Amino acid sequence: MLFRAEITIKLKNGMLDPEAATIKNALSHLGYECRSVKQAAIFELEFEADSRQNATDVAEGMCQRLLANPVIHDYDIELV
Amino acid sequence: MKIAILRFGGSNCDLDVLKALNNLGAETELVWYKEVLEGFDGVIIPGGFSYGDYLRAGAIAARTKIMQSVREMASEGKPVLGICNGAQILSESHLVPGTFALNQYPKFICRWVKLLKIGRSPFTTLSSEILNLPIAHKEGRYVVPPQLFKELYENDQVVFKYVDDNGRPTSAANPNGSRDNIAAVSNLEKNVLAMMPHPERASEKLLGSVDGNAIFESMIRYMNTL
Repeated sequence: MLFRAEITIKLKNGMLDPEAATIKNALSHLGYECRSVKQAAIFELEFEADSRQNATDVAEGMCQRLLANPVIHDYDIELV
Repeated sequence: MKIAILRFGGSNCDLDVLKALNNLGAETELVWYKEVLEGFDGVIIPGGFSYGDYLRAGAIAARTKIMQSVREMASEGKPVLGICNGAQILSESHLVPGTFALNQYPKFICRWVKLLKIGRSPFTTLSSEILNLPIAHKEGRYVVPPQLFKELYENDQVVFKYVDDNGRPTSAANPNGSRDNIAAVSNLEKNVLAMMPHPERASEKLLGSVDGNAIFESMIRYMNTL
């Protein structure tokens, strides 16, 4: 079965995000004041798996082994 | 005694490391990542921008097959030195604790720093207490979870800190926002060292400092004791 997964990788809560801080400043220059700005990376993947559970496990493996760095990242997997 | 210098797509300090080691009379060999890493007594992963820093600095190189051989060499007690992008590759390979994240001020920094030698490491036995070395990175902010941070000190794994001219690890002397001014860390066994500063760029008088040589000399001396 073909599965499509959307994986979101973002910094753990409380982690310093210098890029997001810079973007927050730039928004402020345009007159948009934000209490906080966070950014994340989204991966859209298509792959074959035997079942929904198997697809989730595969995506989990991808996150743990490459896509996320467990020291600084949290991730979220959504099968669509 | 032969030292391997690894090359990935995007490594660019390989020849500088080679020259610095050859100046010291070491036997060296450049090893492309698709080759077999065999018959070496130590390995250096030089700086650069392996795979364009895609995903995260060092992330792709860390998952190549040759890193499995590096892991084996590390487990045999052989010295493994990662410099700059090499340090990022070692952290992405989980060969040292923590990780090197985007600098606090998110830009590339290239300048000289003062480093204070901390604790005991086979890579610093011949070095002075304070070293003058350059850094050149955008992802050098050392981040480590609280529990591991405590263990780093308990296990004597912090090897260098960024300091001011008086040898104090002040926040002004911290170029990238690293936790506790940490510039270099080792594994528990001390034979793997990940350091952001570049010793090979301080290996000849012409370059402004020769403090980096002591790192390589210490590594060579350590290899001779194995």
